[in-house]
Amino acid sequence: MKNNNSIENHGLSIKTVNTITNTFIYIFLIAMSIIWLVPFVGIVLESLRVETTGQVSYFVPQQFGFDNYIRLFESDFPKWFLNTLLMGVVVSVLQTGFILSMSYTLSRLRFKGRKTLMNLMLILGMFPGFLSMILIYKVFADLGLTEANAPIGLIIVYCASSGMGYYVSKGFFDTIPKSLDEAARIDGATRWQVFYKVIMPLSKPIIIYTILMGFMAPWGDYMLARFLINNNRDGMNVAVGMYKWLNGGGDSKFRNYTMFCAAGVCVSVPVTIVFMSLQKYYVEGVTGGAVKG
Amino acid sequence: MKKLNSLEYLKLSKSQALWYDVRMFFCAIPGWLKSLFVGLWKYIQNFGENVKDEVLDIINTFKKGNWAVKLSFLVFGLGNLYYGQVLRGILFLVFELVFIVYMALPSGGIYWINKVNWFITGQTVGREQGGLKYNPVTDTYGWVEGDDSVRVLLYGLLSVIFIVAFIATWRMQVKQCRINMDIKEKRRKINSAKDDLKSLLDEQFYKTLLTPSLLGILVFTVLPIIYMIIIAFTNYDAAHDGHANLFSWVGLTNFNEFTNFGSDGLSAALGEMVGWTLMWAFFATFTNYFAGMFVAIVINKKGIRFKKLWRTILVMTIAVPQFVSLLYVGRLFDRQGVIGSFLESANLIPESMIAQNDYSLWDNPLTAKILYIVINLWIGVPYVMLQATGILMNIPADLYESSRVDGANSFQQFTKITLPYMLFVTGPSLLTSFVGNLNNFNVIYLLNGGGPVNTKFGTMGGTQVGHSDLLITFLFKVTTGGESRYYLASVLGIFVFIVVALLSLVVYNVMPSTKNEEDYS
Repeated sequence: MKNNNSIENHGLSIKTVNTITNTFIYIFLIAMSIIWLVPFVGIVLESLRVETTGQVSYFVPQQFGFDNYIRLFESDFPKWFLNTLLMGVVVSVLQTGFILSMSYTLSRLRFKGRKTLMNLMLILGMFPGFLSMILIYKVFADLGLTEANAPIGLIIVYCASSGMGYYVSKGFFDTIPKSLDEAARIDGATRWQVFYKVIMPLSKPIIIYTILMGFMAPWGDYMLARFLINNNRDGMNVAVGMYKWLNGGGDSKFRNYTMFCAAGVCVSVPVTIVFMSLQKYYVEGVTGGAVKG
Repeated sequence: MKKLNSLEYLKLSKSQALWYDVRMFFCAIPGWLKSLFVGLWKYIQNFGENVKDEVLDIINTFKKGNWAVKLSFLVFGLGNLYYGQVLRGILFLVFELVFIVYMALPSGGIYWINKVNWFITGQTVGREQGGLKYNPVTDTYGWVEGDDSVRVLLYGLLSVIFIVAFIATWRMQVKQCRINMDIKEKRRKINSAKDDLKSLLDEQFYKTLLTPSLLGILVFTVLPIIYMIIIAFTNYDAAHDGHANLFSWVGLTNFNEFTNFGSDGLSAALGEMVGWTLMWAFFATFTNYFAGMFVAIVINKKGIRFKKLWRTILVMTIAVPQFVSLLYVGRLFDRQGVIGSFLESANLIPESMIAQNDYSLWDNPLTAKILYIVINLWIGVPYVMLQATGILMNIPADLYESSRVDGANSFQQFTKITLPYMLFVTGPSLLTSFVGNLNNFNVIYLLNGGGPVNTKFGTMGGTQVGHSDLLITFLFKVTTGGESRYYLASVLGIFVFIVVALLSLVVYNVMPSTKNEEDYS
């Protein structure tokens, strides 16, 4: 009798334990979601605040309005936005070309010096990329590709060495069976035809992933951009321009804080929409890259 | 130390086994060093062999070749022209002509190479200082343009690279002569220009695909890096820039900053910085890794609903451009920010901090460092969560089933199945993210600029040293600061390289999953 009881208790407790764990997990997940979402809600609320343009210690504005957005479009912000958009679009196209050709070659074609090339690029990648900017800045300044023309200079900088970021897409190409190439080769296709007609149609996920990455990169770059732009208001990208609003010295934080938030919303909304709609491909790229290293 | 066989190893208790593993790890270090040196020696030997082969090949080509081949040792492309490869021949010839003309021009290659004074300590890069100069012929003072060291060094370096390319091309065309001779001997057909172009889309397709990328890398990465390494041996900064102020060679002086530890100067500041950089990379990587994995496992648990919703909320942080979220979140913790002022009004700031006039978490070195790591969790967990989710779904479900039958609880399942599997699969990417964190400029600089300022050191290298400056943010500050000490930036860059390279070398030797990385193909 006693024995029987304990078994019953045990059976019950597994269920209850499960319910309790799940409750804890839900509480954890909800808390986590709040932590992760609060800054985004905060930035939107902040951008709608009218009563003061500086930083305040409360969350919800006392007075709602679109003043910050209106001021935003009277400032240099639209120019910065267009600069960055231009960079994003051009870089996403060019960079994809560079990365795909590099990773495809290293993954599926065999030639003398392939391993050496990969090792060399690995070693080159260990130098901080910013280091090369010092010379590039001097040369670009002579060519007129800095300051107001910095977006063009930056496009060149972002794209030129992008072949070194071949790892993720090489991992993808490595997983496509080699027998496909061989079959096509036996049927008389040249290597160009194999590339163009066999592999590329299969590579839609990685192509979209690469385009997405190329598009996102200029929106977040501060270091290289700040160096080439050199405080010229016409050539800024959003990151450099908006950083100035917060940390531009003097009391700019008190004048431009809400404007920064409004600009942040304006930048985030389109980028987030693009990203979220292509999220599936991003996830594939990230997980694929992790598995292959 | 005695190596145990697997049966003896299994007999050890858990702590003994761990101790054994640790000892084995350290015992293996001399072995690695040995194999490293053996490898290097083999590499050098191999290199010597290759050079010998090349030289023999060149001599043989000259001996066996007809007049055209012999002459092509001086006139590029003659061998190709003789065998009917008009396009190649002309290209080689044009290259040689361009080279000779460029080198011999009054302001051409030789002129620039001469001006650089390569690595002679105390000499300036460039010969003529610009400025007002007395001209004895006209007996007047006139403005002399002078040299610009940056340009002199750049053109000099380019000329040297051109010479290297010239030698390589010479070797290439001699080799082609030999190949053509071989083909002729076997009475096969020699490739025409049309065949060459066609093969660029077939046998030589890799050349077509690689050329644009490699050109880009060569011009925008390799050349600038070589240039900046050379700069480390000069005193190039804002005070030595332009026509009026040449910079000069200083030998190894700049590197001494790193070697005289113990003094209170730059070397001490750099020592602290390196320590914090390593610590930051370690904590940033592993907190993110485990927290992200935990979140992924929790969301993935059977019976948890709205999986997609939770993931989407996290992924938002990836979608919003990082600089927006970083700048905004960083300011939340300011003294006048929402969270910062809440902490102050709720008396949550420790007495000891207020005693030092540190009213926000950003003002105190220790809390600032912790805050960087915590906010980095907010940024980094979603990435790891996505990665981990993908991998978790790949773990065979029957592993869990059978372990449950054997009576394992979920904690045991985690430590015995999930964690080892994840570690094995994500090992290489852990290294990548560690290196990424060593150079994580954005998080440190945008959150609070590497602050608070380290008053012990004050101004260093023309900029203020922050308590939580990484090498990379300090490099940035040195470069963009008022004195623009490019030479220091260059030394720092080399230092970052050494740290990263050493770490990668060790990790690649230790981790099992990196060794058979390339075996899909």
